[in-house]
Amino acid sequence: MRTAMANRLTPYMFMAPAVIIMAIALMYPLGYMVWGSFRDWNPSQTIGEAEFVGLKNYIFLWNDPNFHESLGVTLRFAFFVVTIEMIIGVGLALLLDREIRGISILRTMFILPMMIAPVVVGLMWRYMYHPTVGTFNRFLDSIGLPRVDWLGDYALTSVIIADIWQWTPFIFILSLAALQSLPRSALEAARIDGATAWQQIIHIKLPLMMPVLIVTALLRLIDAFKVLEVILVMTEGGPGLSTEILALRISRTATEFRELGVAAAMSNYLLILLLLLTVGMFAFNRWQEARAARLNALVEEES
Amino acid sequence: MSTPNSRANPAFYAVIALLVFMSVGPVILMFMNSFKLDVDIISGTSGLIFLPTIQNYEKALCDVLWYEPDHIDFCSLKFGNAFINSLIIALVSTALTLVIGCMAAYALVRFRFMGRDTVSLSTLMVRMVPPAVLLVPVFGLWNNEFCLDRDGLIGGAIRDTFGGRGDVCLAGTHSGIILIYVAMNLPFVIWILQSFIVQVPRSLEEAARVDGAGPFQVFFKVVLPLIKPGLAAAAIFTFRIAWNEYLLASALSDRDTRTVPILIVNNMSEFNVEWGVIMATGMLLAIPPIIFTLLASRQIITGMTAGAVKG
Repeated sequence: MRTAMANRLTPYMFMAPAVIIMAIALMYPLGYMVWGSFRDWNPSQTIGEAEFVGLKNYIFLWNDPNFHESLGVTLRFAFFVVTIEMIIGVGLALLLDREIRGISILRTMFILPMMIAPVVVGLMWRYMYHPTVGTFNRFLDSIGLPRVDWLGDYALTSVIIADIWQWTPFIFILSLAALQSLPRSALEAARIDGATAWQQIIHIKLPLMMPVLIVTALLRLIDAFKVLEVILVMTEGGPGLSTEILALRISRTATEFRELGVAAAMSNYLLILLLLLTVGMFAFNRWQEARAARLNALVEEES
Repeated sequence: MSTPNSRANPAFYAVIALLVFMSVGPVILMFMNSFKLDVDIISGTSGLIFLPTIQNYEKALCDVLWYEPDHIDFCSLKFGNAFINSLIIALVSTALTLVIGCMAAYALVRFRFMGRDTVSLSTLMVRMVPPAVLLVPVFGLWNNEFCLDRDGLIGGAIRDTFGGRGDVCLAGTHSGIILIYVAMNLPFVIWILQSFIVQVPRSLEEAARVDGAGPFQVFFKVVLPLIKPGLAAAAIFTFRIAWNEYLLASALSDRDTRTVPILIVNNMSEFNVEWGVIMATGMLLAIPPIIFTLLASRQIITGMTAGAVKG
């Protein structure tokens, strides 16, 4: 009797530490933030002292041109980053999917940029983009072309390039893994039927990789909304608001403008956006599992 | 295209060489610059020929050096202190996250219990929360709510024993930063480890149970050793986030507990021109992750694929 009782309690004992920590340090803060977003709250007050203002913060943001600008920058950044990284990453994976000696060393080198601190990545690129001592402008000088004001006139592009440098390998490695786990039989059959390399890629490889590719793209998209340090170090959001993504604006609203209520409301907008993306990913996963089951059944019938 | 006989194509190797150059180039550039004097960096004797110097590193590490270099009059950077803070925070939070996350993942995979689906779903959902979103509530809570009151029982005891104001807050302490890092990393660790625990054959566990092992013994003696690769991957990812994170640490730390990323960002805006020293500090921050990458790239890649493909 007692062992049965103990057995029923076991899973809860295993779960308890994780649940408690996540409740205290994730769930409670998130609820606290929603609560705080309805208040006119500055950092020197506790939340109880702050005045309740209803939806004022949300309405203020809804009509705030700076917030619109920042949201636009964030969406543009996320869109370009994910699109370009997907194209380059998948392209490289298709190109390099063959027997290479020392592939493990290559992969090690490719994941290096991902492991380095975002702060350091920002630092490296800030140096390389520097108008006078930077690598890129030195190079342009040496081949006789005019200098480019990378972090001034082309700030968003430059920031996007840095992110592409850091995260394309992620997509490359995942799609390479997906490619190499494709069923060999389908490819063999296509080759015997005389399909050209292009036909193989478009009609067989890409469709078969699609589920992994979409999950990868969504993961990257969610991560693209988290980028902050790289941009903070490279441009500090400037010039103007041209690279001030939402994450950065939240942190500036909270620390520089000292309006915690507005920052909390902004965080909520960002959360809602991400929630939609995550739900989309879930829905896609469900749909894909159903489809995979159907495909498997089909393949088994054929073979 | 993917036929093995096109292996010896020189264009193919050129592409690979270019890719390696592009991904490693900036890191090597920073490495070399960290050994140059500022004069050399600015005057643009770009190229491989320069006199390497460790002055930048001496300047960065001046508070922990056992000797006093001639070229430093005043030790303004407290890099050594920040490095130790970073190390404590990253190691402790990694260890805690792994132990706690591992147990939770095991329960989620192996047991059917009430609330399992809720926990599993919410774990997945909080994975998407960006650190910036946590900034406001964590700042507020850690500074106000999560404090021991100076008149309270524990706060009073601390005031009587150690002196000081007696009201102890989570903000400004190592444990405050560690707590939020553990919470932030748990969802990801649970997610990754689940996919590894599923692969442990049930029969092994049952055999152990027949031999009289309790659930905790089964977990620690049978399951844990079998999922070592997964643990390694999870450990590296957790360490990487805890080691590299800037935003929350900057909101929660004070002068004594600040970590290396904060120090670098602060220096960046203060002494914009001292490229050499900044590069040296950046390099020091980058070295632990680089070492991990070189030693355990296989585990990193396994973890990455497991984390992404298993939706």
